[in-house]
Amino acid sequence: MNELPQQLVNGLLLGSMYGLVAIGYTMVYGIVQLINFAHGEIFMTGAFGALTVYAYVLPGGTSMWIALPLMLVGAIIVAVLVAVGAERFAYRPLRTAPRLAPLITAIGLSLALQQAVWAWYPEAKSARTFPTIPGGPFNIGNVTIQTGDIFLVVVAPLSMAFLAYFVMRTRTGRGMQATAQDPDTAKLMGVNTDRIIVIAFALGAAFAAIGGVAYGLKYGQIDFKMGFLLGLKAFTAAVLGGIGNIYGAALGGLVLGVAEALSTAYISDIPGMDKFGSQSWADVWAFVLLILVLLFRPQGLLGERVADRA
Amino acid sequence: MRQRSLIAITAALAAGALTLTACGSRDKGGNGSDSGSGGTTVTIGVDAPLTGDLSELGLGIKNSVDLAVNQANKKKYVDGVTFKIEAKDDQAQPSSGQANATAFVGDSNVYGVVGPLNSSVAQSMQKVFDDAKLVEVSPANTSPDLTQGPNWQTSKSRQYKSYFRTATTDAIQGPYAAQYVYNTAKLNKAFIIDDKKTYGAGLAATFTDEFKKLGGKVVGTEHINPDSKDYSAVATKVKNSGATVVYYGGEYPQAGPLSKQIKAAGANIPLVGGDGIYADDFLTLAGSAANGDLATSVGAPVETLASAKEFVANYKAAGYKEAYGAYGGYSYDSAWSIIEAVKKVVDDNNGKLPSDARAKITAAVQNVSFDGVTGKVSFDEYGDATNKQLTVYKVTSGAWKAATSGTYTPSS
Repeated sequence: MNELPQQLVNGLLLGSMYGLVAIGYTMVYGIVQLINFAHGEIFMTGAFGALTVYAYVLPGGTSMWIALPLMLVGAIIVAVLVAVGAERFAYRPLRTAPRLAPLITAIGLSLALQQAVWAWYPEAKSARTFPTIPGGPFNIGNVTIQTGDIFLVVVAPLSMAFLAYFVMRTRTGRGMQATAQDPDTAKLMGVNTDRIIVIAFALGAAFAAIGGVAYGLKYGQIDFKMGFLLGLKAFTAAVLGGIGNIYGAALGGLVLGVAEALSTAYISDIPGMDKFGSQSWADVWAFVLLILVLLFRPQGLLGERVADRA
Repeated sequence: MRQRSLIAITAALAAGALTLTACGSRDKGGNGSDSGSGGTTVTIGVDAPLTGDLSELGLGIKNSVDLAVNQANKKKYVDGVTFKIEAKDDQAQPSSGQANATAFVGDSNVYGVVGPLNSSVAQSMQKVFDDAKLVEVSPANTSPDLTQGPNWQTSKSRQYKSYFRTATTDAIQGPYAAQYVYNTAKLNKAFIIDDKKTYGAGLAATFTDEFKKLGGKVVGTEHINPDSKDYSAVATKVKNSGATVVYYGGEYPQAGPLSKQIKAAGANIPLVGGDGIYADDFLTLAGSAANGDLATSVGAPVETLASAKEFVANYKAAGYKEAYGAYGGYSYDSAWSIIEAVKKVVDDNNGKLPSDARAKITAAVQNVSFDGVTGKVSFDEYGDATNKQLTVYKVTSGAWKAATSGTYTPSS
């Protein structure tokens, strides 16, 4: 049986989740040249925010069709609060400090957030079950799409379209573009750059929160460590697509997801490569791809300018 | 500038506070021998993952050792000796395990350690304990290398004189599962998956060997990344391979989602694993997809053995928050093998601990023999349990039910 269509779908679904999280990395980097390594944990707190709404706010047995939008709101509120708080108390005081200071702060913040959830969230010391959408899987030809993935299929393109509209068409969005190009001139032209930076953090966090809910629905469980590996992958996706470019983040995510799925599926079929084809090698191939892309296009797939101020 | 010095002061204060707390807890351990009812205090260390993915199994181990110690104290089993436990969290990481082992060796009140859960963690601890002649009894390690050396298939040799285990090894567990799958369940096309860890890869390898020997066909192999939760690509491969059974060498945090995603991909075939997936959390993680899945576990089902009924009743009465889990009975027996050895050493020395108590206790564990929760507890020349009982469990309407129980006999 031909498994290519199914593997492509597997990869695209995984990739759209990477893309949702990658947007936060790329927007923050584009505007303040900070690699926010705590972003994976913001994704994680978003998922726990959604779980909180489901498990502790809503009455037991609420239908998922009612619960899901509320969970999404809860996820976004928690993630945005954490991200804005991080910006205000951890990054803003260091904005004029050397580049390495906020980077180390981000790594510290990432560990602190993980441990805070581990220590204080009820029963979060091991994985917690996340509610799933009832109903069987959907079959299109010989491609199966799980119920939990429907959320990704619908929400990922919608969020991307919203973001494109916001950045290109609204006044705030243009302010963001201006700040990304040249913060000092933007300030002289009357753009409130502090506000723009907060909005970039908040927007990135909201997308990460949507990704967090998608993760919970897809795998049926969330844990305090879930943001680490996914955050790393999303960061890779952002670099692959061209860091600073929001379309690049989405494309990079999809390319990375598909690369992982296809390398798991096919590399072991190449004669002599059976040792290097299993899923545990998928990450290696993903990074080989990243290096190849960066060799020929150092600015990433859709990157327009080389990061000159990093 | 002012802000920077403020940060520096805060950091210095925080570091100071941490050091102080660390000293504080060590002092408390050091004074332990003077407290109690005028006798000696013997600390039994426990090393297990108390937090993280595997904490369900780890806390079961800790509680069971705690129960053993309380029982021994209550019965005044060893005259003049009060037992207590000191539990350390290894987070299933070899590096943490080794740090814990060093700490146990440094605490002169520790005369034996129960643990760890993971074979990979045990590898990092064995030498530390052996150098100090401190006895270590694992309730759960199944990797044959730990006792019989890396070439255990051809030439067995005892690795460390201070290492024992009450659990049976992969060398038995994998083949036992293969015999059940091929002979009893009549499934002959297997897809083998492991997590590349010492435990998982070992189990998968011994299963594969026996399964092929019996005439079964391996239609595919995969190694998954335990940090990832997305196994959809692997699940699709399983479905298209035409396998009738999946064998997974690994633990429940990955096995649960894996079972779920394989069934979701449309392959309605059972997933079979070792004692690492025999946990209630597996059922939670896999949901209804778990039905029909199989797991082998060491020993007879704890609930059915007469000697175990008392353990189960006492465990319930003690009111522990967590279940005793797959290794509860083995942990209880591991703790008791140390307690028995302490009794022997103390009795031989006129009711007192000798100065070289650690070495004497290690030697005494080698010769213990008593009826434990899991059957007869004694160790062979490699430090392995002489009890080779195994049980196959099957998920039936959302719960683990014992399917068959027996001892492994190699196929000819």
